[in-house]
Amino acid sequence: MSDIEHQHQLAVDRILASHAGQPGPLLPILLEVQASLGYIPPAVVGRIAEGLNLSRADVHGVISFYHYFRQHPVGRHVVQVCRAEACQAVQCQATEAHAKQALGVDFGGTSADGTFTLEAAYCLGNCAAGPSVMVDDKLYGRVTPERLDAVLASWRQHS
Amino acid sequence: MSTRIYISRDAAAQALGADETLQALQAAAAAAGITLDVVRVGSRGMVWLEPLVEVVDGDGQRIAYGPVMAEQVPALVAAGLLQAAPHALRLGRVEELPYVAKQERLTFARVGIIDPVSIDDYLAHDGFAGLRRALSLTGAEVVQEVTDSGLRGRGGAAFPTGIKWKTVLDQQSDQKYVVCNADEGDSGTFSDRMLMEGDPLCLVEGMTIAGVAVGATQGYIYLRCEYPHAQRALEEAIAVAKARGFLGRNVCGSGKTFELEVRMGAGAYICGEETSLLESLEGKRAEVRYRPPLPAIKGLFGKPTVINNVISLASLPVILQKGGAFYRDFGMGRSRGTLPIQLAGNIKHGGLVEKAFGVTLRELLYDFGGGSASGRPIRAVQVGGPLGAYIPESQFDTPLDYEAFAAMGALVGHGGIVAFDDTADLAHMARYAMEFCAHESCGKCTPCRIGSTRGVELIDRIIEGENRAADMTQLADLCETMQHGSLCGLGGMTHFPVMSAVKHFPDDFARKR
Repeated sequence: MSDIEHQHQLAVDRILASHAGQPGPLLPILLEVQASLGYIPPAVVGRIAEGLNLSRADVHGVISFYHYFRQHPVGRHVVQVCRAEACQAVQCQATEAHAKQALGVDFGGTSADGTFTLEAAYCLGNCAAGPSVMVDDKLYGRVTPERLDAVLASWRQHS
Repeated sequence: MSTRIYISRDAAAQALGADETLQALQAAAAAAGITLDVVRVGSRGMVWLEPLVEVVDGDGQRIAYGPVMAEQVPALVAAGLLQAAPHALRLGRVEELPYVAKQERLTFARVGIIDPVSIDDYLAHDGFAGLRRALSLTGAEVVQEVTDSGLRGRGGAAFPTGIKWKTVLDQQSDQKYVVCNADEGDSGTFSDRMLMEGDPLCLVEGMTIAGVAVGATQGYIYLRCEYPHAQRALEEAIAVAKARGFLGRNVCGSGKTFELEVRMGAGAYICGEETSLLESLEGKRAEVRYRPPLPAIKGLFGKPTVINNVISLASLPVILQKGGAFYRDFGMGRSRGTLPIQLAGNIKHGGLVEKAFGVTLRELLYDFGGGSASGRPIRAVQVGGPLGAYIPESQFDTPLDYEAFAAMGALVGHGGIVAFDDTADLAHMARYAMEFCAHESCGKCTPCRIGSTRGVELIDRIIEGENRAADMTQLADLCETMQHGSLCGLGGMTHFPVMSAVKHFPDDFARKR
């Protein structure tokens, strides 16, 4: 086992212990694993299954069902661009195309410098001020292609 | 002496720069030697005026300015914003603005006004009056009051809330649950989010009333993971309610127990469907359950469960405080009470409008909404989220009423209205409806799982125009199969956006491209 795998196991054990006795704990555990490791490494699936007395297939089935769970590492920041109807009504297609071009990736991809992972979102609940974009937990409204450039630049400075 | 200002912590206000505006205000006030007393409130619901800043003037009135962008702050403060002086951005008292004055705010009465996580502020604005009354009644009396109010599920299905509760009340069980469906995934809707961020204690109180009424001791709020701002507000509200004895082992000294926990979703639209939400809460793939048994009989972990939408639950405090008859006096026909309507998409004055049922689409789009944001004619609106019908201008005089909408092949749903101007291509929107269904299908029912993908291909072929007449017939057949062959509303209602687009905007499907 590599160092990093060992650290992942330790983190998962700690998270499993903190949810002991909680009814229906699988989603909270997976969310916490992803929050602390950035993704859900395939190597920890067995450990989670064992800890909850489930089969690996059960755990894998849940991870693969939900769009939010990731099985691969992502960039330092996740950029979500809303594609839903209310944003389409205010030309989010232009923002989406610009995001793909600016980051040089399609949805699901990570920019070459490892700063941003681009994802599609289906409603961020900001439907009166679209197009909407979320970077990590920070929401932005009326994101035209020009505003997107400014937003991305400010996050590049951050990191 | 310090100057009190109110500025929103609502996600939409923050998305438009409220935090940056506040920072600029603090810097400008410090430079001018003025101490600020800042209250972060929910949003008043006028999203186009965010960031909205309210300053308390010498008479104790809250005077609003908006939208106030950070870069405008130094000039505004120099012009006397902190003394409530005249300015082009000065709006006066929010209550006197027509957008707000014309509303009937029952569920949203406190949103934008109080500090969302202050128990004292909540108590000073009728907070917990409904719960106190509920605790003085029997469970059956509370359920009767809810039945009398005429409240129907605000998540979109419009099932009478009182009847659902009666079923749970009548079950004998060692454990019952109250689950709040806060998986507000419909595009064009944000009333749940605004309520949870702007008055989370109202939801806490509503769920506690439900628990007390049916004999449930544990509640869960299933919140979508796209709503981190709401999560923070709810967690804070639950903590303060617990610390002050409004939640926990001895609710308001009644000896009754009600515990509450927020559970986050993981990005699955299907979890807005109540049985898949329960599967998800149990830690499973969110596949829709067969009914019967109803969740009211065998719900979460197989126990009797009240499951209601945020707005349904948040309407209970006012219903219990003022009585079912008070609430029932608003509305029309069998649609009683008020609906928090969300104006979204291509609309000039987007935001939240709480009105009694009976208001027409035209009043909402023009009197409140001010027409399209682009200034072009509004060609279509989609009401009720991604599974709602596209409605043409000729039907804009329809009153908002569950039955009136059903009669024209549309739905009110969760009250979201997305406006599109005349540049919208409804064939593309129909295609998107199928694409969305394919993306979000849980996979249980074949017509939904496979039909949606075939639907995308069919509409692509129709747009290309090779064999249009035959493909249009097949699209209608496919929609019918999905409608009747799917367990839940995802596959079962995708025909609404698709076939309404075909019916009302046939030119978009017949055009040469």
